Amino acid sequence: MGTTQVKYDFEVVKWFSVMAVVYLVVGTLIGVYIASELAWPFLNFDIPQISFGRLRPLHTNAVIFAFGGCTLMATAFYSVQRTGSTSLWSNKMAWLTFWGWNLVIVSAVITLPLGLTQSKEYAELEWPIDILIAAVWLMFSFNFMMTVAKRKTSHIYVSNWFFMGMMVMITYLHVVNSLAIPVSLFKSYSVFSGVQDAMIQWWWGHNAVGFYLTAGFLGIMYYFVPKQTGRPIFSYRLSVLHFWTLMFGYVWLGAHHLQYTALPDWTGSLGAAVSLAMIIPSWGGAMNGMMTLSGAWDKLRTDYILRFMVVSLAFYAMSTFEGPVMAVKTVNALSHYTDWTIGHVHSGALGWVVMISAGAIYHMVTRLWNTEMFSAKLVNLHFWMATVGAVIYVTAMWVSGIMQGLMWRDYDEFGTLSYTFAESVAAMHPYYVMRAVGGLIFFSGAVVMLFNVLMTIRSTSPASSMRAIPVTP
Amino acid sequence: MADKIYSTRLQDKLERNSFLMLIMLMVLLSVGGLVEIVPLFYLKDTMEHNQHPEVLWQRKPGMTLADWKAGDGVRPYTPLEQAGRDVYIREGCYLCHSQMIRPFRDEKERYGHYSLASESMYDHPFQWGSKRTGPDLARVGGKYSDEWHISHLLAPRSVVPESVMPNYPWLEKNMIDGEQLTKNLRGLKAVGVAYSDDDIARAQAEVQGKTELQGVVAFLQVLGTMVKFEEGKEYRD
Repeated sequence: MGTTQVKYDFEVVKWFSVMAVVYLVVGTLIGVYIASELAWPFLNFDIPQISFGRLRPLHTNAVIFAFGGCTLMATAFYSVQRTGSTSLWSNKMAWLTFWGWNLVIVSAVITLPLGLTQSKEYAELEWPIDILIAAVWLMFSFNFMMTVAKRKTSHIYVSNWFFMGMMVMITYLHVVNSLAIPVSLFKSYSVFSGVQDAMIQWWWGHNAVGFYLTAGFLGIMYYFVPKQTGRPIFSYRLSVLHFWTLMFGYVWLGAHHLQYTALPDWTGSLGAAVSLAMIIPSWGGAMNGMMTLSGAWDKLRTDYILRFMVVSLAFYAMSTFEGPVMAVKTVNALSHYTDWTIGHVHSGALGWVVMISAGAIYHMVTRLWNTEMFSAKLVNLHFWMATVGAVIYVTAMWVSGIMQGLMWRDYDEFGTLSYTFAESVAAMHPYYVMRAVGGLIFFSGAVVMLFNVLMTIRSTSPASSMRAIPVTP
Repeated sequence: MADKIYSTRLQDKLERNSFLMLIMLMVLLSVGGLVEIVPLFYLKDTMEHNQHPEVLWQRKPGMTLADWKAGDGVRPYTPLEQAGRDVYIREGCYLCHSQMIRPFRDEKERYGHYSLASESMYDHPFQWGSKRTGPDLARVGGKYSDEWHISHLLAPRSVVPESVMPNYPWLEKNMIDGEQLTKNLRGLKAVGVAYSDDDIARAQAEVQGKTELQGVVAFLQVLGTMVKFEEGKEYRD
């Protein structure tokens, strides 16, 4: 085996990796700005294009699809080649995917501030861009699956199962949720209305989280954690269980976003029941990742990249416990419509998604350019900024969310509502400031990462990165 | 070694055959969505007007949208209201304002009767929202005067000092595009909103010379006023 040389298609992976870091900086910057708008509304400056309602979709799209998408495509194309000891089925198609996906992102940056939106959360982009997304996504998926099919190994490695699940489900979700009748080039109306539209939107909404941001990033976890620790995954059986239960179960959860609404009770309760059961696969997966480190815990002292991965798994375990709790009807009655939801999303997004991505991207950069990071100290600095920033952000939103929920339902001794809505808004101010500060620290960490990655690339000679990498099983 | 089965025969087969794995995923991943979504289109008790027909406006032949009175039941939005709704969507109002009141005592006192599914049956897309950075708007119609809404939209802090809402001065300057609105109404009719050809034909004249601000105010003022609720009547089981 040792002498076999496979020529991998890594150039496109490099570009996806760098763009992922660029979009992380951009996406979190917009996040910090809109967080500041809520703390200091004068920042809207009476300019339509930067008012909160138009920038917020740009923030979510930038972090989910620009950053998340580039990370997923980089890691999927990287690991599918290495786990199958084969090059991509089509390198050309991978490049087309790269340019197509970036075209989607540029279109989003132009159209969303102009107010061109379908108003479906995380699926705001108008119909022509939706069609482009579908085309690029299918191209990505087809190329990936054909590469899996032409692998040189007997079995499909577990990370690829998760990527495949994500690809199928996102195709379903995107196509159904985006069904709309166009009335002009950038305006359309959803074919669904009211309660059905709400259910379909949150079937999409929760699975954008469940499949895009969870299953996809679990694929990353299953490849990169064992790679970085140099140990096999803790339990193969646990990964099988984790995979199939997650695939089957996650799809049902969307209904828990609509508890106590005009959605029929059976649907919401079904969603809540399955949500509770999801603790089992989620924690099984988190344990599986964590325990992969058993016997190698000392590496955490010296390996900063590994730190990102371990903390991401801790956040994953925490958010996947918090999620089912929030799906319970009595808790949801308080938490729904409050900042707690925002806090929950960000403990998943900042803590789990960005941390595991940063770990994977640092890992890939050193392999793709065949070098060490420009500065290990800066990796460590990024790690602490990301952790501290995320904790401040999430804590602020927990406090403000629970406080909102309690204030809204509070009664005084005369049996009347204790607070006006405006009083609850005023009470949020300190937490909105705190959230903006946490976000700023997190964003600055991303800038440190971008600097470090770019300096690493600059300091390598082109020759060293061109070298074919020997097969490692 | 490569022939050894580490799990079950089925799992081993799936891991060796990418096509089989793909098919298995396609089937498994469709179940949850099918079970939760498809029945909503067919089960009669999803929409309250199946049990309580008075929730819907019983439009007689020859009646225009102008013949409707508050409380007559759910009807499509007038052209002016729909133009306002398009602006509401464009500005991302749904990101901070819900339009879905839950059946709790405090929400009833703060916002009004819990929302019915039938009330949003013409809402393409729905605007239930997921967050209340500002208050729920499902029944904001009639609570404030038009003048209040205008001041509030142009400069929210002039009437609510604690507000964190952006100012929307441009709504006053932008005129409603009647031609585009006509196309929009045709699109809505195509997806099932009960507009008559006459409603659509009148649209352009009805919004002639109107600003987006007037459209948004008209939209806000109709929210939650369509259905007249009877005290003590249960609309949902």
